[in-house]
Amino acid sequence: MTLSDNSQALEQTSMPAAAALTDAAELADWFALLKPRVLTLVVFTGLIGLLVAPGHLNPVIAFTAVLCITVGAGACGAINMWYDRDIDALMRRTRKRPIPAGRIAPGEALGFGVTLAVASVIMMGLTVNVAAASVLALSIGFYVFVYTMWLKRRTPQNIVIGGAAGAFPAVVGWAAVTGSVDVVPLILFAIVFFWTPPHFWSLALWANDDYRRANVPMLPVVAGAKETRRQIVLYSLLLVPLSLVPWAIGFSGIIYALAAAILGAGFLGCVWRVARDQQDASGVSLTNDAPARAAFRYSIIYLFVLFAALAVDRLAG
Amino acid sequence: MDPDKAPMPPGLDRKDLDRRRRARNWALLAVLLSLAALFYAITLVKLTKSG
Repeated sequence: MTLSDNSQALEQTSMPAAAALTDAAELADWFALLKPRVLTLVVFTGLIGLLVAPGHLNPVIAFTAVLCITVGAGACGAINMWYDRDIDALMRRTRKRPIPAGRIAPGEALGFGVTLAVASVIMMGLTVNVAAASVLALSIGFYVFVYTMWLKRRTPQNIVIGGAAGAFPAVVGWAAVTGSVDVVPLILFAIVFFWTPPHFWSLALWANDDYRRANVPMLPVVAGAKETRRQIVLYSLLLVPLSLVPWAIGFSGIIYALAAAILGAGFLGCVWRVARDQQDASGVSLTNDAPARAAFRYSIIYLFVLFAALAVDRLAG
Repeated sequence: MDPDKAPMPPGLDRKDLDRRRRARNWALLAVLLSLAALFYAITLVKLTKSG
């Protein structure tokens, strides 16, 4: 029985049978529904929002806020896997996920995700504050309804708008401390927002076949590799100056400014190599997309170090 | 429905299924105890603040 056969079998089985199959799921399968690799970035940016915000938060409440951000983001992952189970079964990168592999029934995954989403927002509201809970609810709703259900399969700009969902945790962290949202968390939001397209399109350049097979209109599938490389450069040219805004408005000092400038130069160097990659007439890479793979890896380090530098700068100042 | 009478997932024997159930139950216990401890700590923080 193939993996997608397993998934189809789960869709068609009766409820007790599906429950019995799900009963066989390992703990690791439930954990995988939360998309743990995405969670590390979410937790980190949420924590940075919390650390750089003016004011003080009791460590227990701060821990609860980060926990709620983590659980809320994990819930988004589970609901996304429930909704995308048909295309996940078609893509090499995702077909071993618990639902397409037939280890967890779709309905069980949806129930798991919705429960976690509701619990994270209620807990945030009751223990931290209403502003943080509202932004968390907004981010979950945005990721599930706007990105996953509406835009992902309809527009090649899916990842641009989806980037907003990934940019929310820093705002939630800030709101947890201050009880409000002002210009600085919106700048952090914008940095993650403009970082997302070069990051994901670098991945999409070499995972192109997967997205084509699943009929997901990622930019390289719809507009081709050449246009994708051009857009990667454009977004990166917007990102790098934007990353200096916290320093320009006096929110951070020289430590952050230096880090942002050096990291930004490295980022531009990476995307320049992506743009100059050896390619055939249709734009297909002749180097197995080595520069795009390097840019993808660098983009992760870039965001982690950039935000860490902001926290160090604020805490040192 | 009696879980023992439910159809066995393919490629699994009874012992393996029991081991997986046990692992999940222990994990659930750990989550519940952690939440109880967290709620206790939150209550203390809130009471200290308001007191």
